Amino acid sequence: MAKRIDVSDLNVYYGAFKAVEGVTMTVEPRSVTAFIGPSGCGKSTFLRTLNRMHEVIPGGRVEGKVMLDDQDLYASGVDPVAVRRTVGMVFQRPNPFPTMSIYDNVAAGLKLNGLKGKKKLDDVVEKSLKGANLWNEVKDRLNKPGAGLSGGQQQRLCIARAIAVEPQVLLMDEPCSALDPISTLAIEDLIGELKSKYTIVIVTHNMQQAARVSDRTAFFNLAATGKPGQLVEVDDTQRIFNNPSVKATEDYISGRFG
Amino acid sequence: MATVTGVSVADEVPGPPERSPLSADGAGTRRLGDRLFGGAAQGAGILVIALVTLVGLFLLWQAVPALARNEAGFLTSREWTVSGDHPRFGIVELLWTTVVSSLIAMAIAVPVGVAVALFITQYAPRWLAKPAANLVDLLAAVPSIIYGLWGLRTFGPKYEPVQTFLQDKLGAFPLLSKTSVSGSGTVMFIGIVLAIMVLPIVTALSREVFAQTPVAHKEGALALGATRWEMIRTAVLPFGRPGVISASMLALGRALGETIAVTIIVSTLADQTVWSWSLFNGGETFASRIANNAQEFDSPQKAGAFIAAGLVLFILTFIVNAVARIVIERRKAFSE
Repeated sequence: MAKRIDVSDLNVYYGAFKAVEGVTMTVEPRSVTAFIGPSGCGKSTFLRTLNRMHEVIPGGRVEGKVMLDDQDLYASGVDPVAVRRTVGMVFQRPNPFPTMSIYDNVAAGLKLNGLKGKKKLDDVVEKSLKGANLWNEVKDRLNKPGAGLSGGQQQRLCIARAIAVEPQVLLMDEPCSALDPISTLAIEDLIGELKSKYTIVIVTHNMQQAARVSDRTAFFNLAATGKPGQLVEVDDTQRIFNNPSVKATEDYISGRFG
Repeated sequence: MATVTGVSVADEVPGPPERSPLSADGAGTRRLGDRLFGGAAQGAGILVIALVTLVGLFLLWQAVPALARNEAGFLTSREWTVSGDHPRFGIVELLWTTVVSSLIAMAIAVPVGVAVALFITQYAPRWLAKPAANLVDLLAAVPSIIYGLWGLRTFGPKYEPVQTFLQDKLGAFPLLSKTSVSGSGTVMFIGIVLAIMVLPIVTALSREVFAQTPVAHKEGALALGATRWEMIRTAVLPFGRPGVISASMLALGRALGETIAVTIIVSTLADQTVWSWSLFNGGETFASRIANNAQEFDSPQKAGAFIAAGLVLFILTFIVNAVARIVIERRKAFSE
């Protein structure tokens, strides 16, 4: 489990519009990499290219290379469905399937993978919910609707759903931006635990969060309004926050942006 | 006052004069416009309930005297003699034909309608989705007499060989056996024509709900590694389920009550015809029996017999809607 991601010279387009330009970076396995940057700088778009979710949006396409260990995600013949089973994703707003129970939400991905047998499913559901620090809160009501949980619990349910299929990489697109501080803390603790098993990439607008949870931080920015977003620098989180090598990074982090 | 700590200007200006600060100014409930609109809405609601009740009462009122004089079992007899001193009539044949033809219609229209709606909302490229949706809507606007004529003149002759083929090959099954009816005026054919008639209803309403599936749910499924069809199964279909049920019930209501298309297509059975459970039998639905005999409503007793049949149809559609409501309510906790 947990693979390295190597991105080289990646451009992302929506139709004719170039959203992100020339990203080259490496994401280390068993670590947390945070993407920070102003809104609209393409960090979420770039995140989506790591499991080909950008293709869901009409006109979405890339140029360049994304390697997952030695597998090129964009080689011809690679099925985006298979990619997404390897690279899981958690979204900004908790999105448990509303018609499903807590149990079925966690089991959804397993069933898609063809896992059968109640005992086996029970085991994985329990393990995943425990892995998402949610088991104790929901073990007595697994058959209740997932939508009845609080926002923070729903987000942890979504994380349980994502890790149930045992992905190599977990992408998180602002997973705490719709949550209160206590739920946020719970998710951040969880991220700290999950990184021992997974490669985690998290997009966040919360600078303290990036500083708290990540090992490495990538700063994205727009060269100018209307220009594509680009990667300004990526480095150890300590370094980015204390002694960044690019002035724009320091300006952004210290709030002197723009 | 203004010098006392903790008292602000607002405390001294409690809104309009001569009114304690918390008494309402009537903005929420008591202004003329609000009262008018509220009253109108309430009135409309009461009017609908009153209409349904009155229709039911009218049917009951007219039907009861005729039913009281009926000498045959109303729910079990196939006879239909409504005049004279000894009327004998029963609805079992009407009930069978109505229900079975409508069920055939649903069995065809619901899967096909849902499939068309899924194609339009989930598969079709944008340039195709819009015209296709409009075309389906247009189909819903075709008057039922046109479907009847088309079924009778164009589709019927094409369908007959299929029916003959099925009867020849599968006639051993009671539901598909040969009957005295030779042409296309059969329960099966009515069901098929009704299916085409109600298809646009199922499609249009299903399309509306499928299109509203939140992107978050669809992406949630896709991010788990769902294929398009798996995404539809995990996100779109469960989300659209109540809508599809409502659409089906609306369509079923239309199929049950459809009159003119059925009347001009179906072969009525002569008196004393031997009963057959075959789908290739003729027969009449409630609506077509009433329509075919409109000229007979010349005495309260005769009219009462037909109205009694109408009452059963009325109750039938009521039950259908009630069942649909129950099905939707039962899963409500899972649909928010």
